[in-house]
This record gives sequence, structure tokens and C-alpha cells, in this order.
Amino acid sequence: MQEQTEIWDWEMFFRALPPVLEGFLTVTLLVTVLGTVIAAALGLVWAMLIRLAPQPVSGIVKWFVAFIRMTPIVVQLLFAYYAFLMFDAMTIGIVVFGIHYSTYMSEVYRAGIDAVPKGQWEATTALSMSTRRTWAAVVIPQALRATVPALGNYAISMFKDTPFLLVIGVVEMVNAAQIFGGNNFRYVEAITLAGIIFLLASYPTSVLIRRMEKRLAYAN
Amino acid sequence: MPTPTDTAAAPIIEFRDVEKRFGDNVVLKDLDFHVNRGERVTLIGPSGSGKTTILRLVMTLEEATDGLILIDGDPLTHRIVDGKRVRLSNREIKRTRTRIGMVFQQFNLFPNMTVIQNITESPIHVLGQSKAEATRRAKDLLHQVGLDDKADAHPSSLSGGQQQRVAIARALAMDPEILLLDEVTSALDPEIVGEVLGILRRIAETTDITMLIVTHEMQFARDVSDRVLMFDGGSIVEDADPDTMFTAPSHERTRKFLKAVLGEGQIGTR
Repeated sequence: MQEQTEIWDWEMFFRALPPVLEGFLTVTLLVTVLGTVIAAALGLVWAMLIRLAPQPVSGIVKWFVAFIRMTPIVVQLLFAYYAFLMFDAMTIGIVVFGIHYSTYMSEVYRAGIDAVPKGQWEATTALSMSTRRTWAAVVIPQALRATVPALGNYAISMFKDTPFLLVIGVVEMVNAAQIFGGNNFRYVEAITLAGIIFLLASYPTSVLIRRMEKRLAYAN
Repeated sequence: MPTPTDTAAAPIIEFRDVEKRFGDNVVLKDLDFHVNRGERVTLIGPSGSGKTTILRLVMTLEEATDGLILIDGDPLTHRIVDGKRVRLSNREIKRTRTRIGMVFQQFNLFPNMTVIQNITESPIHVLGQSKAEATRRAKDLLHQVGLDDKADAHPSSLSGGQQQRVAIARALAMDPEILLLDEVTSALDPEIVGEVLGILRRIAETTDITMLIVTHEMQFARDVSDRVLMFDGGSIVEDADPDTMFTAPSHERTRKFLKAVLGEGQIGTR
């Protein structure tokens, strides 16, 4: 039984490729992309509500954001999964990831908004700009420039958190690798493959973020 | 009760017993003065004397803590109702604000917009001009400030003097009745100051915009002003025409200040 004690089996590695890649494409990537879109949009909504909404509303949003940030995403996934039985696990996963990360992104937006110099706000007043134009044409474009790197990093964090989806039974990449391992009594190859795919996807993304960051920055 | 004749005769800017304090720090106290339509008034005085605060009050970047400011007879931020000082609605404040423009020491151009976008933003979105109309006017203003070729440039690619010229064009594009100039050359290299002042001189000569100016450029103040107000410690020390102010000031405080900024023996010689 020399074969079973071998540490690495290339054949297993290539056999694990289709199911693991499928988990990556149909779940991990989809949850990350849709989750990031939701998180980026909702994060801006929270930041603006906290800043602009009248007191009861802004206070509630602030509390909600702090609450979500201080509880683990696994608990949120399980809670949403059992509380909203009418939705399938995949939808729950996307929405929970989106909301969870939106609370971090709102903090990034807040910092970006705070970083807009006082003189810019004063210029909008001196030009009689409406609140809507002040935000849409001046504050948000300038705040976004400062937030792109942080938003990108949170997208990568979210990507790496997707294995938590297995607590609600969603077969994403790592879960698929584990199932493959269980079926074949060989775990190392499949799990390694999942790790390599994580790395191969994260690295170009981080390069892309750096490039966007440069493009958005104006020479100072 | 202002009657129509009162309004017609009203000065375009009027301060009535204005007080501005930041916490315990009283910056302006019981300030009374007015500026007539078309007048060019320069505020001089040591830093911390409240000159810039006056411009900021007129631009509604700050609000007075007491007293009234009237623009063309209309209250700017507060009015008196039944003996009580009441703040106007934001809407009412905005309506008066569009009549006033300001150029800042630090230019404050929007870095995310091109030069032409900086200039046309408010004419389009506040005054409701068409894009073509606003662009035509903006190009005309850029020509006046000598920057015809910079319409599509971003502010970051311009020198300080060029940025300030764009800021002047941007303020003028709103056709303000009152133009506030807050130390507009203080952030510029000395050799560039002249080009900006030259443009402002020309605006003063060719338009009838009311100007309220804070500057350390005494020669410029003397050339363009109808009246100069000397401030110290939040009050007016002296109010005179520029020739009197710069050649024969009647107050010791003014003489000391002018001597300090112009140098010994300079009063009256330039």
C-alpha cells in the first residue's frame, strides 16, 4: 500500500481540477463580485445617511453598522439562513456578504469624505451649489479617489472569506475541494489547488487595484 | 418697514451691530459699516483683526452671532421678528447667496473637474444656463484671464497663478453683484502676483461689480479702492479714501500698521 502514503499525487491534483474550478466559478467568484457591488453601494448609502440624515435615522444607521461589524459573519450567515427560509442559500450568502462588508466600506467612505478639504466645501457654497451637486460633482468623486485601494482590499478579504459559506451548505470552492477529498480519500491535492486558485485570483486583483489607484490619482 | 425708496437707496452691503465670536473669542464686535453699489472697498489691518471673517460672513461661510447683515436691503442670514433675531430658511439664504461670489487665497478649484467644468458647473446647475451658453461664456472669461488654451486642462497641471485666474473666471461666470477677494495673491510666488492683480485691475476698470477686498498688496489697494477700512481687534479704526489712508492717516494705529507693512518712510511716497 505504498501509494496511499505518498504525500503528493499529481493525478489527484488534475482530477480535482474540474469540481474545484466549478466551485470557484459558480459560487466563489459570483458571491465575491455581487457581494462587492452590494457592499460598495450600501457602504456609500450608510456613510451618507450617517452624515446627512436627521437624528433618529443617522443614529439607527450608526448603531446598525457597528452591530454588524462586531458580530462574526458566520453567525450572520446562519442567522439569515434560518430566519429567511424563503430565500435559497446562495442568495442569502450574497446578501449577507454584501451587507457585512458594506459596514466596513462605509467607514472607508466616511474617511474619504472627511479627507475632502474644507476649501472644497467652501467653494461649493461660494458657487451656490445645491447639496445634491455638492455631493455628486465634488465630494463623492474626490472621496472615491481616496477609497479605491481600501475598497479593493475589502473585496479581496471578502473573496477569502467565502469558504464560510459552507456553514449554510453552499458548495463553494473549498467545500468542493473537501467533498472531492472525502470521495477519494485524498485531501491535500484538492485543498492545495483551492489555495492556488485563491492566490492566482487575488494577485491580479491587487495589481488591478493599484493600477486603478494610479489612474484615479491626479498628479499633485 | 423698508419702503421701496429705502430699498432703492440701500447700500448693497450693510453690517448692523454685527458680532462674531468663536466660543469666548470675540472676532468682530458691534461692527457697523456699509458698502455702496459699485464701490470697491479694501479692508486692511494686522492678521487676526477680523478682515477675512467679514468676507466669510458675507459669503455665508460663517454666520454672525449677533447683529444683522443686509444685502441690498434684504437680510442675509438673520432678520428681526418681534424684537428677536431669527435665522432665515436655507432657501432664502441661498437666494441671496447667488448674488455674491468669492475668490479664495487657496483657489479651491475642484481637482476632479477640468478648467471649463469648474467654470460652467454653477452657471449650468444653479443659473440654469444651457451647456453651450455656459461654455461660450466660460471661454470668453478664460480669454479675459489669458488662459484660452487651458479649457480642458486639469487644475493640477496649472501653476498657482493660472489656478487663481481660473478661480477668478469661475467666480465671474456667476455674474455676481458682489465679488469678495480674500488675500487672492498671498499664496502666489512674488513674480506671479502681478499677473493676477493686473487681471483684477482690469475687472475693476471694465465692470461695475461691487468689490470687497482683503489684501496685503497696498499699492493694489490704493489703485483700485474707492475706500479703505483699517481694522484692528475686530473694529474699524479708520475709514478713508485711499489717498488719505496711505498718505495722511489720522490714527496712530494706522500709521504704525502702514509703517510695518510698507517700511519706514514709505507712507505717502508711492
